[in-house]
Amino acid sequence: MAVIESIHLTKIYDEGPVKVRAVNDVSLKIEEGEFAAIVGPSGSGKTTLLNIIGGLDHPTSGKVLINGNDISELSENQLIDFRLHNIGFIFQAYNLIPVLTARENVSFVMLLQKRPKAEREKRTEELLKEVGLLDRINNRPSELSGGQQQRVAVARALASRPKFVLADEPTANLDSKSTANLLDIMARLNHEENMTFIFSTHDSRVIERARRVITLEDGHIVSDVQQTPHT
Amino acid sequence: MLSLIAWKNIWRNKVRSLIVMTSIVLGIWAGTFIMSFSWGMTSQYVNLAIKQEISHIQIHQPDYKKDKNIKFVIPEAESLLSEIKKVKEVKAVSARTLVNGMASSATTGIGVNIEGVDPVSENTVTGMKENVIEGDYFETIKHNPLIIGQKLANKLKVKVRNKVVLTFQDESGNITAGAFRVAGIYKTRNSTFDELNVFTQKEDLNRLLGVHDGDAHEIAVLLNNNNDLPVVMKKLTAKFPKLKVESWEEIAPDLKFVIGSFEQTMYLFITIILLALAFGIVNIMLMAVLERVRELGMLMAIGMSKPRIFFMIMLETFYLSLISGPLGLALAYGTIHYFGIHGIDLSAFSQGLSSYGMDSTVRTSLPAGLYAEILLMVFVASILAAIYPSIKAIKLRPVEAIRKI
Ligand SMILES: Nc1ncnc2c1ncn2[C@@H]1O[C@H](COP(=O)(O)OP(=O)(O)OP(=O)(O)O)[C@@H](O)[C@H]1O
Ligand SMILES: [Mg+2]
Repeated sequence: MAVIESIHLTKIYDEGPVKVRAVNDVSLKIEEGEFAAIVGPSGSGKTTLLNIIGGLDHPTSGKVLINGNDISELSENQLIDFRLHNIGFIFQAYNLIPVLTARENVSFVMLLQKRPKAEREKRTEELLKEVGLLDRINNRPSELSGGQQQRVAVARALASRPKFVLADEPTANLDSKSTANLLDIMARLNHEENMTFIFSTHDSRVIERARRVITLEDGHIVSDVQQTPHT
Repeated sequence: MLSLIAWKNIWRNKVRSLIVMTSIVLGIWAGTFIMSFSWGMTSQYVNLAIKQEISHIQIHQPDYKKDKNIKFVIPEAESLLSEIKKVKEVKAVSARTLVNGMASSATTGIGVNIEGVDPVSENTVTGMKENVIEGDYFETIKHNPLIIGQKLANKLKVKVRNKVVLTFQDESGNITAGAFRVAGIYKTRNSTFDELNVFTQKEDLNRLLGVHDGDAHEIAVLLNNNNDLPVVMKKLTAKFPKLKVESWEEIAPDLKFVIGSFEQTMYLFITIILLALAFGIVNIMLMAVLERVRELGMLMAIGMSKPRIFFMIMLETFYLSLISGPLGLALAYGTIHYFGIHGIDLSAFSQGLSSYGMDSTVRTSLPAGLYAEILLMVFVASILAAIYPSIKAIKLRPVEAIRKI
C-alpha cells in the first residue's frame, strides 16, 4: 500500500476576480522510502499540493489517503493530532521556536506526543548527532546559521517518528554548500531509516539528488520520472 | 514545558513586557495607595467620632430615646458601671446626665448640650482631659466648674475663670439657672462638637436638675477593639433587658453609611483601574500574537493543539500580572505602612476638614483582607484580558499563517 495516495485532487481558489486551479486533478502514489522532488515554476501549485497532502489545507475535490485512510474526513482538531503523529514538516523558514534551544526544539514535538523523558532525550541527541549539530545542542535558533537551523528542522521533523516528511523548498534560503549538506543528511536518513521524503524545489542541484521527479505546471502533473540521483 | 515557553516568550520583547508590567505595578500601587488614603481618612473620622463623641455602645432608658425628657433616667446608673466593667472586652465606662439648655455670658446666650459627668471616668472614655487647651480639667475650680469648647468660648467671649450661666428646665418643668465658672477650654478636631457641648460635674448638674445622685441618662461604653462590638452588645443586652443598649452603628447610622459607601466606592475605583490595565494587557498580547503569526502557524502545523496554544498565550498573560501584581501591592504596602506611621500632613487644608470632624494628619491604612482581594481581582482581570488574544491565536489557520513565510 502506498504511504500517500492522492486521487483526482483539485484545489480551486475562488476568492479573487478569477478562479485559480492551483492543483488540477492530481492523482499520485508515493510508496514508503521514496525520495521524491516536486518541481515546477513559481505558481505551479507545489505548495498547495504539499499542504493538502500534509493535511494543512482541504482540497476542493478529490481525496488524500494516508496509509489507506482518507484524511479529508478528519476535523480540524483531529488533523492537528494526525499531523503530530504522522507527518514531519520542514518549511522554508520559521521552523523553530525562537526561545528554545536546538535540543528543546527537537524534543518539543515528542513532548507534544507525550513520549517519556528518557526516550525524548535519547532520540534528540541521536538526531542532532545525525544532522551534525551535537556541539550546538544548547544554542538557540538565532545563534545558528540558516543551514544549521534547517538541519535542526530536519531533526525535529524526524523526532516524531512520522510516516513521511514533507519539505516545502527547504533549501530556498540556503547557499549551495549548506544546500548540499542538507540534502546529504536527508538522503542518508532516507537510506538509513527508510524515511519517505517529499520535497518541493526550484533548484536544479536539488532536483539532481531526487530519485523521483514530479513536475507540475498550472496544477497539473506534466511528468513523473524515476532517475538515478547524483551523489 | 509549555509554562517554560510561555515564560521565555514574555522576555522576547523585554521593553514591551517591562512597560506593561510597570504600568500594572504603578496602577496597582497608586490605586491601592489612594484607597488607603481615603480609608485612613474615613476610619480616622469614624474612630474619632467613636472615641470623642459616641463611644462604642450607649445605654439609655428606652423612653429617653423617644422623648429626651430628663425624667427618663437610668436608676442607680453608677452601680451598673462596675458591672459593665466586668465584661472583659470593655475598656472604660462613664455615666452622664444630659440636658439641653442655654449658656449665657455677659455678652450673649447660645443653645448647648449640657453633660454632667464624673471627671475621672469620663476622661477614661473620651480622653477629654487631653483636649483641654486652656485652664484645666476639673482641677482648680472647686465650685461649679465648667468645661467648654474653644469655639463656644469665642462666641460667648469668655475666658478661663469667667462666669457662665446655664439655664434649663428642671425635673418638674421649672426653669432653673446655675452659675458656673469656666475651668477649662477644650478643642477637639470637630469644631461643631466644640460649639455644642459643655461639661459639668455630674453631681452639680444632678443637684440643679433635681435628679437623684446615682442616676444618669446615658452610660457610654468604650471597647478595646471595635471587632468585639457584637459580642459585647449581646452580653449587655442580656444583662440589662429593661434598658436600651445601642451600638455606634445604630446611634450614628450615618457613620455606618460612610463606611459602607466607602467600600462601594473602593470597588468601583479598583474596577476602573483594572479595566484600564486589562485593556493595556489585551493590546500588548494582541501585538504579541500578531507578530508571531508564522510561528503559531508552524506550531499548529507540526501538531500543537489549539487548547495548548490557547493555554500558552493565557499563561504568558498571567505571568505578566503574576510578577507585577504582587510587586505593585508590595510597594503599596510599604508606602501605606510608612505613611501609616508618619502620616500625611494636610494642615494646609485642615481648617476646612476640622469642621467635618476630620484629623489634619491622615494615616494611611487598609483592611488586610483588601490586599488579597485586590490581588485576586488583578489575576481575574488579567485572565479575562488574556481570553481575547488567546482566541485570536487559535483562530489562525496554519495554511494562511505559513503562506506568510
Ligand atoms: N490563498 C490563496 N488564494 C488565492 N490564490 C492562491 C492562494 N494560495 C495560492 N494561490 C494561487 O495558487 C497557485 C499555486 O500557488 P502555490 O503557492 O501552490 O505555487 P508554488 O508552486 O508553491 O509557487 P512557488 O514556487 O512560488 O512557491 C498560484 O497561482 C497562487 O497565486
Ligand atoms: Mg511554494
